[in-house]
Amino acid sequence: MCLGVPGRVILVSGSVATVDFWGVRKEVMLDIVDEPVVPGDYVLNHVGYAIRKIPAAEVEATLALYEELLREVEREDLMAADVRGEIAAGDRKKNG
Amino acid sequence: MDDARMNGRALEFRDPQRGRELTALLGRLCASIGRAPISVMHVCGSHEQAIARFGLRASLPRALDVIMGPGCPVCVTDQPEVDEAVALALAGARIATYGDMLRVPGSAKSLADARADGARVDVVYSVSQAVELARHIDEELVFFASGFETTAVATAAALLAGTPSNFSVLSAHKYIPPVMEIVAEMPATRVEGFLAAGHAAAITGWGVFERFVEHHQIPVVVAGFEPLDILAGLARLLELIRDRRAAVVNAYPRCVTREGNRKAQEALWRVFRSIGGRWRGIAHVPNGNLRLRDEWAHVDTRRRFKIDLAGLWSYAPPRFAAQCICGDIMAGIATPSACPLFGTECLPDHPVGACMVSSEGTCRIWLEYGGRPDLGS
Repeated sequence: MCLGVPGRVILVSGSVATVDFWGVRKEVMLDIVDEPVVPGDYVLNHVGYAIRKIPAAEVEATLALYEELLREVEREDLMAADVRGEIAAGDRKKNG
Repeated sequence: MDDARMNGRALEFRDPQRGRELTALLGRLCASIGRAPISVMHVCGSHEQAIARFGLRASLPRALDVIMGPGCPVCVTDQPEVDEAVALALAGARIATYGDMLRVPGSAKSLADARADGARVDVVYSVSQAVELARHIDEELVFFASGFETTAVATAAALLAGTPSNFSVLSAHKYIPPVMEIVAEMPATRVEGFLAAGHAAAITGWGVFERFVEHHQIPVVVAGFEPLDILAGLARLLELIRDRRAAVVNAYPRCVTREGNRKAQEALWRVFRSIGGRWRGIAHVPNGNLRLRDEWAHVDTRRRFKIDLAGLWSYAPPRFAAQCICGDIMAGIATPSACPLFGTECLPDHPVGACMVSSEGTCRIWLEYGGRPDLGS
């Protein structure tokens, strides 16, 4: 249950929610969740308690983080290309 | 967001192509740091499970050593704490606890042993289940509560919501930030950065690590539990190490904020206070144990009952216990393969050390999934 994969809230009754985790339904307590929860929301669950409501936009934020890291790879490549270019230019100068 | 899209999103956190690219990035970062090994530590059993289950260790650069620290709450539950639960069980109290706690060896017996001797021990998935059980029985129910702050919050919430008069809590809850200080100061561990557990940070907020980073000048990255979460977290950590920047970076923004879950923190500290105590195999950890505050004495098992441990002294200590190196494993000094008992005398069915008991324990995970594959040079 430590995976940050969210469960989807199906029903809220007082401080108990019925939450669907990819087909498995479980009752989850809402006592300590940080924001009000309604059916359709996604929550992070730990030992039967919702500990965070996960805004859909922040799922996007994590994916954007991967993209940013990978763009840095490309940037590093570009820098490497610059360095390669300079070395090649230097060589040409030396030889020329 | 509809189910199909959300499901698709979840799978994106396991996308193999992105995984390969991130692994390649890790290789470049290690090369740019230019020395080996670069040791980083995570402090969460769920991280180790994901690393082992998805075979990440085999794809990591050889220069990068990812060590599991004291991140299994069951593993660091000390023998005397288990002894208290066993003594109560043998004295006739009914015990409810998380499944992982059943086989943890005390100084003489585990709760599973006590159950074999006729004691009543119930396994629950949640503290709320234990409270429900208490409502339906007349005798005393002791909830033997283990887990880090994330789990302690649930215990706190259950007490705040009100419990029947026959319910009490035997707290073995632990608090992670102080033990990071201990590990950072151990001379034998050359940890250059920490990967912090996303779930604990969902409660405490990543701000809790700022003081630590400043004091120890070691970078901390908060990471989630999907394979890409871990790879991305490691990449961020290596960047910080390369740039010699001691900072906290949140690589799990979908679940963690700087402040964390205020409501949960309030519940936690209304019910618990932190005191010093021994963590099995590690050390005495100042402020590492969570105990019930005085206002909650009426539900505190330790104050409600006189726990007589003398009855356990007649039992011989478990065989091989002296050879167990769980402590060194949790401190990141040794790996399970260095233990003479690993996979021979110490197995999940009859564990010698606590690291073999829990599904979050390093030895159990290494036995189940294989540890560090030897791929040759």
